[in-house]
Amino acid sequence: MAGFISLFQAAVVFGTVIMFGAVGEIITEKSGNLNLGVPGIMYLGGIASLAGVFFYESSTENPNKFLCIIIALLCGFAASAFGGLIYSFLTITLRANQNVTGLTLTIFGSGVANFFGGSLNKLAGGVGQISVAATSSAFRTSIPGLSKLGAVGKLFFSYGWLAYVAIAVAIICQWYLKRTRSGLNLRAVGENPATADAAGINVKAYKYVATCVGAGISGLGGVFYVMDYTKGTWSNDGTIENLGWLAVALVIFTTWRPKNAIWGAYLFGILYWAYFYIGGLTRSSQEIFKMLPYIVTIIVLIVISLRKKKENQPPQALGLAYFREER
Amino acid sequence: MNNDVAVSMQNITKAFGTKVVANDDVSLDVKKGEILALLGENGSGKTTLMNMLSGIYHPDSGKIFVNSQEAVIRSPKDAYDLGIGMIHQHFKLVDIFTATENIALGMKKDVSGSNKEIAKGIKDICDRYGFDVDPNQKVYNMSVSQKQTLEIVKTLYRGANILILDEPTAVLTPQETEKLFSVLINMKKDGKSIIIITHKLNEVLAISDRVSILRKGKYICTIDTKEATVMSLTEAMVGQKVELNIERNNVKNKEERLIIEHLTCLNKYGTKALDDVTFTAYGGEILGIAGISGSGQKELLESISGLHPAEEGSSVIYVKPETKEKTQLIGKTVKQIRDLGVAMSFVPEDRLGMGLVATMGMADNMMLKSYKDNRFMFTSRRDSRKLAEKKKEELEVVTPSIYTAVKKLSGGNVQKVLVGREISSDPNLFLAAYAVRGLDINTSYTIYNLLNERKENGCAVIYVGEDLDVLLALCDRIIVLCAGKLNGIVDARTATKEEIGMMMTHLNEEGEEDGNS
Repeated sequence: MAGFISLFQAAVVFGTVIMFGAVGEIITEKSGNLNLGVPGIMYLGGIASLAGVFFYESSTENPNKFLCIIIALLCGFAASAFGGLIYSFLTITLRANQNVTGLTLTIFGSGVANFFGGSLNKLAGGVGQISVAATSSAFRTSIPGLSKLGAVGKLFFSYGWLAYVAIAVAIICQWYLKRTRSGLNLRAVGENPATADAAGINVKAYKYVATCVGAGISGLGGVFYVMDYTKGTWSNDGTIENLGWLAVALVIFTTWRPKNAIWGAYLFGILYWAYFYIGGLTRSSQEIFKMLPYIVTIIVLIVISLRKKKENQPPQALGLAYFREER
Repeated sequence: MNNDVAVSMQNITKAFGTKVVANDDVSLDVKKGEILALLGENGSGKTTLMNMLSGIYHPDSGKIFVNSQEAVIRSPKDAYDLGIGMIHQHFKLVDIFTATENIALGMKKDVSGSNKEIAKGIKDICDRYGFDVDPNQKVYNMSVSQKQTLEIVKTLYRGANILILDEPTAVLTPQETEKLFSVLINMKKDGKSIIIITHKLNEVLAISDRVSILRKGKYICTIDTKEATVMSLTEAMVGQKVELNIERNNVKNKEERLIIEHLTCLNKYGTKALDDVTFTAYGGEILGIAGISGSGQKELLESISGLHPAEEGSSVIYVKPETKEKTQLIGKTVKQIRDLGVAMSFVPEDRLGMGLVATMGMADNMMLKSYKDNRFMFTSRRDSRKLAEKKKEELEVVTPSIYTAVKKLSGGNVQKVLVGREISSDPNLFLAAYAVRGLDINTSYTIYNLLNERKENGCAVIYVGEDLDVLLALCDRIIVLCAGKLNGIVDARTATKEEIGMMMTHLNEEGEEDGNS
């Protein structure tokens, strides 16, 4: 039981990172943009929030926790959305290839983040490890009382509040896509931009906004990872990138539905950590188990391709640049 | 200005690039509560003209008046705001959405109300004009005719008073066409103005009040349908014969090369693209194929060359010149058919779409068709380089080098490369479609000479053309296709333009003439 609880807890923490990444990417892909820069964007979000609160915390004696949170979220969201803006400008305005642009963004994001991460560690002095303790503890505050409720409390109420925000964001995105007029328009842009254009929808604006907001949401995954999981420190071990790719895989797994990202992300989290809780694995056989999330994604892809249900297919214009028909 | 004119287009000119003038000083009036037919051959500029009304294009010069007010239409939204809606040939619908969702698309919520209100609005429109739409049906479950109905309902829901339909009957069965026409008449009675783009004369006569005719981008005339006849409309549509000085030798050593019997094949909608076509092509002659676009020309060439499956009972027999050996082509692969000596040069609207790789040079493109002849796994570049250089010289292809990517060449030169390569394999049967599309006069003549050269060598040439003058001047015999049926074979030396024009637009068989061809 104790083993299961700690597996579940680890799964929820990484699942939350993946969920932010995937929900943001779903919004992006619904506009027809296949942004493979999710890992890079999560890096940008993580490092920007860290840098922002580091400068705030070191400028004042008693950092205000509320202000810490606002600064971290704002910096993380803005930097990630900026990554989305770069991507949008290249693919929508300049019509660059989406796959190449996305991959480049991933490389760019991880490079920038690790460069500044190293610099921040230097700036922090001391043991050469940056730490934003005040902000991190603010992020890691869990619901008082409830987390003490034995197994139930540990399973469901022991996480930093951003983990619950992730679920809320997924539900809001689901509702937005499914129930609002603007969500309908967004889906139309991703399915058939020519039709959307003829219906008087501003295709470019929808693509820009969806990609930037989507990137911003993805970036919150990076914020959560840095503030909650690594407790406000920076290490460049490449975990963010792994989780970023899992988020991209999770988008396929959810068949482009944010609500499926909620349980899908935790499932991916469990699959990610499974090797740790299976006894008798050697270093090399661990690696085989780390493939599990990707294998599950491939199986889902095969199943949805075989069933050919139209609603489960990727947006029809995904990956294609749109320009008005001209002769 | 007259008060019962709904839309007036005055002196509209629109050019694409510097060479192609799609509309040249066209003026047009549509009255309130009338059905105006816009008639013309392929490429006469009908759709372009209407696209300027619906906001897809913007005219280079000229004015548009809607309800006597000058209007500037820059986008489809502007057109909607003015009450103009166009139903395109390719439907603008999102497949995975329901009918209601498609109609709700792009509308402000406070204007259109909830989905329930929209569904009610759909029902009102259906009851009023006699449509049949299920608001909750997904578009991908709809038939072509249902999709078209949804498009019209969508346009009406958005408050359109002026409807433009671009060849609405092209994809419909005769029963569906009849239903559409009865709905259109209901709409007309309700005071809506309807413009219907078509090249089917029987439909013009059946439904329109007046008919405006365009020819090669120019406005010809507008007549009251009551006073029009099939003959007068055809004359106005095809115009006077233009003399072209294309060399045409008499057919020598005529021998059977391709015997086609009962060829039938289906298009992607499951209707017959070709219906029981039977004819014979001879070596040493150029056989022209005339018809309105989409009458089955593409499917004919593709089923000969093995790209399109034929239905049971079809027969395409190829006769080898030397041995007179007969081979059934149906069921053979494209490669096997090529090896028999059948070459095809199909020039689609997008020249680089079929047969050439845009980013490769002439030399490499030459190699595409021959690399399989190399013995081992390595390819020989020498042969293709020689061939490319020879073709460059022979056909005067203007290119910096045979290694320059063909996408950088002008359209005419690309076409020369394509036709040149196909001819270089010395085929016994040569299929050419729209070989001079978009080319200037001189280049066109180069291509005609190439085809004539083939004919002299005893090759059977099948030439699908758009320009009747060229077909009459170049070919020996002309087959006229109409709605997938072979409507007649004429001698190109004696036939007249009107004769062919009539055959293109009107099926010959008795009883097929009243609207259900």
